Amino acid sequence: MSFTTDKKTMIRRIAEIIIFELKLQEITPEKFNPDLDLVDELGVDSMDLATVVLVLQDEYGISIDEDDYPKLRNVRMIAEYIEQKRAA
Amino acid sequence: MKTVSSLLDNNWHERYRKIATLNIRSSIYDVTNQCNLRCKGCFFFSSNEHQAASEETDVGKWSRFIQKEKERGVNLAILIGGEPTLCLDRIEAFYAQLPTFCSTNGQIKIPRDRFPDMMMGISLWGNEEDEKILRGKDTFSVSSKNYQGDPYTYYLYTITPKQVGRIEQMIRKIADVGLKVHLQLLSNDEKVDGFSWTEEKLRDVRAEMDGMLDAYPKTVISCKYYHEVITTGRMMNRQFGWAECPSVTEPMDNRTPRPKRLIRFIRWASDLKTVHRCCTSATRDCSTCKDGAAHMSWIMVNKRDHLQSTKDLQNWIEVYEMFAKLYRFIPW
Ligand code: SF4
Ligand code: SF4
Repeated sequence: MSFTTDKKTMIRRIAEIIIFELKLQEITPEKFNPDLDLVDELGVDSMDLATVVLVLQDEYGISIDEDDYPKLRNVRMIAEYIEQKRAA
Repeated sequence: MKTVSSLLDNNWHERYRKIATLNIRSSIYDVTNQCNLRCKGCFFFSSNEHQAASEETDVGKWSRFIQKEKERGVNLAILIGGEPTLCLDRIEAFYAQLPTFCSTNGQIKIPRDRFPDMMMGISLWGNEEDEKILRGKDTFSVSSKNYQGDPYTYYLYTITPKQVGRIEQMIRKIADVGLKVHLQLLSNDEKVDGFSWTEEKLRDVRAEMDGMLDAYPKTVISCKYYHEVITTGRMMNRQFGWAECPSVTEPMDNRTPRPKRLIRFIRWASDLKTVHRCCTSATRDCSTCKDGAAHMSWIMVNKRDHLQSTKDLQNWIEVYEMFAKLYRFIPW
């Protein structure tokens, strides 16, 4: 699989996790805009983010420090953050 | 999918942005077990919480404890008691390290040279007559002299069922001494005769609170959605109570499913080791609890539920702004 496809898959999967964990309605992972600001546009708060982070940690085998939450502003940024963590 | 910008115009969106990232993390501290009053219906004494722990008196230990609280992520210390102003050195330890709000009965004037911009909330339980019944004296006559015109002080006016129809006289008195006021409701923990709420009284008080906000917008720090939720106990078709309360001490919170709640919230006793169940007394019946802060926080932690309509989200913003104003995270 190419790097680009890998990242696309990851973005789709993160969107799926967010939709499922936050019980978002009227949206599919395919249609989820990866640049949509989670706080500013979806009203996600730190408790929501903590719920999502728990699943991401399990799924990608990384640990996410709470101080890093401001770096997780949208799905694309989350994907980039995970890639960096896994490469480290 | 509903998004914030699909629901709000630019002006409201700007207001939303100002508060959405505040991330306020409060905890509550019993500064002392002592008080210079003994009010009927005070949850602290009626539930014997004043005997739950022996007070830590070493101010150095308070300072080290507060440092740890800061490291735990707390960014707002809410001081209660007993009467915190009986222990100014402990208040000072908080004020030196954290944004601090001090609740008080206002009978002692804090020295503003030591606490220039510390937020003070003075408790008030009604007019002279009611205060004499419930608190043994007319506290307003003293507290209003002590804090007249103070820009960092407001009244926390606990409305009792007996004051329905008579709230305005106190609001006017507060406005006359150049202070502001936030409204809340008595929970009547000690079941004092005639001070319990009925459906009818709650309907009436809601209308009166709304009327006060309209008539005294520069004095009353409140909003109508908060009035609705605290008087009905309902929000977005849900009922307030134990299963929903956001203000439960986190390490004691074993509810499943876990509701949306205040992250890291703890209410500490004055020995700095013991914790209490919630922001008020553990003996209080959650189904009749009227705690204002718990209702306000209930709305605030359920932000995404308010992304149903423009009005719902605007309501949420107004409550959050009210909270942020009360603790001076945004200006009055
Ligand atoms: S002043 Fe406050 S702490 Fe003291 S008895 Fe009255 S309600 Fe309780
Ligand atoms: S008494 Fe009130 S504040 Fe305490 S847990 Fe029950 S509902 Fe919450």
